[in-house]
Amino acid sequence: MARIIVNGEAQDVQLPLSLTELIKQNDVLQPEMVSVQVNDDFVDRTEWDGLQIKENDAVDFLYFMGGGNLSEK
Amino acid sequence: MIDFTGEQIQRYSRHILLKDVGVEGQEKIMNARVLVVGAGGLGAPVSLYLAAAGIGTIGIVDADVVDLSNLQRQVIHFTKDVGVPKVKSAEEKIKAINPDVKVDTYYEFLDSSNALDIIKEYDFIVDGTDNFPVKFLINDACVMADKPFSHGGILRFNGQTFTHLPGTACYRCMFKEPPPAGAVPTCSQAGVLGAIAGMLGTIQAAETLKYFTGIGELLTNRLLTFDAKTMQFRTVPVKHRDSCPICGSNPTIDHLIDYEQGACDLKSH
Repeated sequence: MARIIVNGEAQDVQLPLSLTELIKQNDVLQPEMVSVQVNDDFVDRTEWDGLQIKENDAVDFLYFMGGGNLSEK
Repeated sequence: MIDFTGEQIQRYSRHILLKDVGVEGQEKIMNARVLVVGAGGLGAPVSLYLAAAGIGTIGIVDADVVDLSNLQRQVIHFTKDVGVPKVKSAEEKIKAINPDVKVDTYYEFLDSSNALDIIKEYDFIVDGTDNFPVKFLINDACVMADKPFSHGGILRFNGQTFTHLPGTACYRCMFKEPPPAGAVPTCSQAGVLGAIAGMLGTIQAAETLKYFTGIGELLTNRLLTFDAKTMQFRTVPVKHRDSCPICGSNPTIDHLIDYEQGACDLKSH
């Protein structure tokens, strides 16, 4: 088990683990609607598969948020 | 130096009493020109508080008319306003709160053809829009025009906001490009608790007033997010990205883009 921080909270995960798998484990509803930061650096979507999570990594999922009403235009 | 009338001293006394604001700060607020894009869930509380605070000029951009389904959260519009252009309804309330405020209304969509011309007239821009194409447009136009702005987004029970000043992280530093059109939340997922709009909008209004008075630390290089279900607030540090396509050292975007919006037409459901 390795301890990492996800959205500010400690989480124990089994390594090896890719960022794509971590996203899946965290039940991110729509992965295409998040932007991901690992240790304060943004990771491009194209690099999610290749990025391996390490002990003590801090991962933040930032969600796209509009205005709650997507019907207007 | 503005000569305050007795009435103004009384109206703004709770600002003037604040050591950090005082007469000087209030004068800065009264000389300020703010553009609010979208007179909806976020634009409503933003406009109401900025009007009450005595912002000199408030510009409002919105091409919609008030719909009954708006009234659950867009508190600047009343039941009698259904069918009225939102900019007209908002102007009427702003004037009723504070006749000193000058209001410019733009009854049109903000797009690549008008964004820079409208934005250049203002000192600070508030993003109160409901869709990603316009959020990226506001970001790009403000970066190009060296204008500070407040970003706001709400969804379901969550909200997020940050403030951009030239040189600090922009929306594209965090979200490179709009989500694919088909990925926008489906209608059943896209609701929002009305009061969330007020929570987020008042944070944006406070940031605007902090910007003009120079008080404290703005939400720059930080993304504030909250979940009203748990009432947990978090600020995530975000960095200006050198590879950012609009504000990085080798920008690849040199003109404004009108993205297609993925449609979720609640009116037809």
